[in-house]
Amino acid sequence: MASTSTAAAPKSTDPLEPALLIEGAQTDASLNASLFDHVWTAPGKGWWGLFGIALMGLAMLGIGLTYTLYKGIGAWGNNIPVGWAYDIINFVWWIGIGHAGTLISAILLLLQQKWRTSINRFAEAMTLFAVMCALLFPLFHTGRPWFAAYWLLPYPSVNGIWPQFKSPLVWDVFAVSTYFTISLLFWFLGLIPDLASLRDSSKSPTKRMIYGIFAMGWRGSGRHWAEYKWSYLLLAGLSTPLVLSVHTIVSFDFATSVLPGWHTTIFPPYFVAGAVFSGFAMVLSWMVPARHFLGLKHVVTMKHLENMNKVILATGMMVSYGYVMEHFIAWYSGNPYEFAVFFKVRQRGPFAPIYWLMVFCNVVVPQIFWSKKARTNILIMWIAALLVNVGMWCERFVIIVTSLHRDFLPSKWELYAPTWVDWSIYIGTIGLFSTLFLLFLKFVPAVAATEVKELRHEMAHHAHGATAAGEAHG
Amino acid sequence: MSSLIFRPKHNTLARLTLVVLAAGGGGTVAGLFLWVRTPYARNMQAPIEQPLQFDHRHHTRDEGIDCRYCHNSVEKSAFAGIPPTQLCMNCHSQVWNKSAILDPVRKSFIEDKPMVWNRVYKVPEFVYFNHSIHVNKGVGCVTCHGRVDTMAAVEKVSTLTMSWCLDCHRSPEMNLRPVEEVTNMTWEPQGDPVEVARVLAEKNNVHTRTSCTTCHR
Repeated sequence: MASTSTAAAPKSTDPLEPALLIEGAQTDASLNASLFDHVWTAPGKGWWGLFGIALMGLAMLGIGLTYTLYKGIGAWGNNIPVGWAYDIINFVWWIGIGHAGTLISAILLLLQQKWRTSINRFAEAMTLFAVMCALLFPLFHTGRPWFAAYWLLPYPSVNGIWPQFKSPLVWDVFAVSTYFTISLLFWFLGLIPDLASLRDSSKSPTKRMIYGIFAMGWRGSGRHWAEYKWSYLLLAGLSTPLVLSVHTIVSFDFATSVLPGWHTTIFPPYFVAGAVFSGFAMVLSWMVPARHFLGLKHVVTMKHLENMNKVILATGMMVSYGYVMEHFIAWYSGNPYEFAVFFKVRQRGPFAPIYWLMVFCNVVVPQIFWSKKARTNILIMWIAALLVNVGMWCERFVIIVTSLHRDFLPSKWELYAPTWVDWSIYIGTIGLFSTLFLLFLKFVPAVAATEVKELRHEMAHHAHGATAAGEAHG
Repeated sequence: MSSLIFRPKHNTLARLTLVVLAAGGGGTVAGLFLWVRTPYARNMQAPIEQPLQFDHRHHTRDEGIDCRYCHNSVEKSAFAGIPPTQLCMNCHSQVWNKSAILDPVRKSFIEDKPMVWNRVYKVPEFVYFNHSIHVNKGVGCVTCHGRVDTMAAVEKVSTLTMSWCLDCHRSPEMNLRPVEEVTNMTWEPQGDPVEVARVLAEKNNVHTRTSCTTCHR
């Protein structure tokens, strides 16, 4: 791994950024060396070990999906009334995870938050892979994915009918596909200067060729940079509403129905907060080990991690507020069905342990981040992040299964239990995500080297300007 | 900052690749949209081979036999009915009873094994279709099956796509005729066709039927 100099670290003089975003006395060359190192070094035993585990997960996905296609949806634990179960729980969970990437790349860019620079590439890649995992679930939930792949879209078919535009499930198709397209473009655009750097610094002609094709002729001219900056800003503008819209529409899948526990107006904001919450937790769960093993501690500093923990605390509080409001309205509305779902079925019903686990992970655990000690302790934040991932999965389970399994009619009541196929597919998507992520770490720099170098110049310039105050320089 | 692999001509190549990919992708999709609408993809305009050279022209036009003589369950059941060999033999035990062309019919009759005809109009199994309701509401045979009286061998003349079904189910009036004229191959409305259609729809109690469960039960 690259050696990173931490000696003679100058104190930041930016009053808005008191802690350091880049540690050590770095130059463009040293940043290039350390940030591209994990691409040019052959993967070690650790990478191969993790990749092997990820491939095993991927195999479970293959087995689960093949068995589902062979046997039909009956292979899953879904029943009547629990017609939506793991398929939608996992869909919402994965879609939510993607939101950290979009928030970091779009909103933090527009707000000129400098700390986004070292983590945006990483988080955007997670968005893409999370959306891919998410898309598998609704597709296979239809039972015949080879039709669903295009039947979901409005196209001039010979059937003489269109998708039901009044249904939020159709809005979902648009929301998620737009989300994926914009995220992919954003991620790729951000990669172009780094791909060009990789092209220029690679030793083998084949790699030069491949990176060269993807770099799309980038030469780093002034015109290239001007157009690059504009497109990046425009894509950020396009992505910004997506941070809010995607999970809002996902929440409409539930909120527009009349089922107690689903039919609430707080769902859209509370889903968005939950999505960012789970997304940051997922980024942190991967970032903590990755910065260690890839030698990125000088660019992903404690300052970055602390900021992410603050976002987790803030969004965790919003999610908690959502829970409180849901329960308050259930009581205040005087609707006996709403009351029963929130105060009897969820808290004391057959799935109560999952409800209380959700409360613990999503409401109690983030409170630890009020303490600066916890925010800057690697082990604590990593465990907390993993617990938040668990908690957010439980939240989707609680919303979907507990509401469905105790419907208006007691004669319809039925318990739900997932089958081995459900587990296999769920664990399989984690395998798919990990596989894609490890490949990403192998082939492109995990940190946007261009942006870090730019930031270094900016900060050096700023420091220079502060010491030589009053001196005019252009 | 220069890589010696790429030359200026590669810019053109790259742009051309992007154009080809975009045009190819768009062209493939557009091509599929068009292809599925061609008579070839819909198995139309191609006479279906049958085990016996049965000529509808002769039986309906020359002899004036009503459709329902052979397809006799069309008014009562979902299936219009393919006549049993015994029905053929009503006439063919007397006429053309030495003709070589009718050997398969006599063989079927003697061995008591039905003729195996090849289906021309087939809707998927998830579609519920009932002949009797259409005939009893005044939809003529010719409306869907075309001029069978002029076909040497029967061919499919309707697309049988769902949009074709829905075109009529959304506004059925213009495809109606008096119930007693359903088997007439040449019936034309007398007077204003729109007015005739309106009156017929009212008289036959015909309404739009576009619920999913009308056909997918």
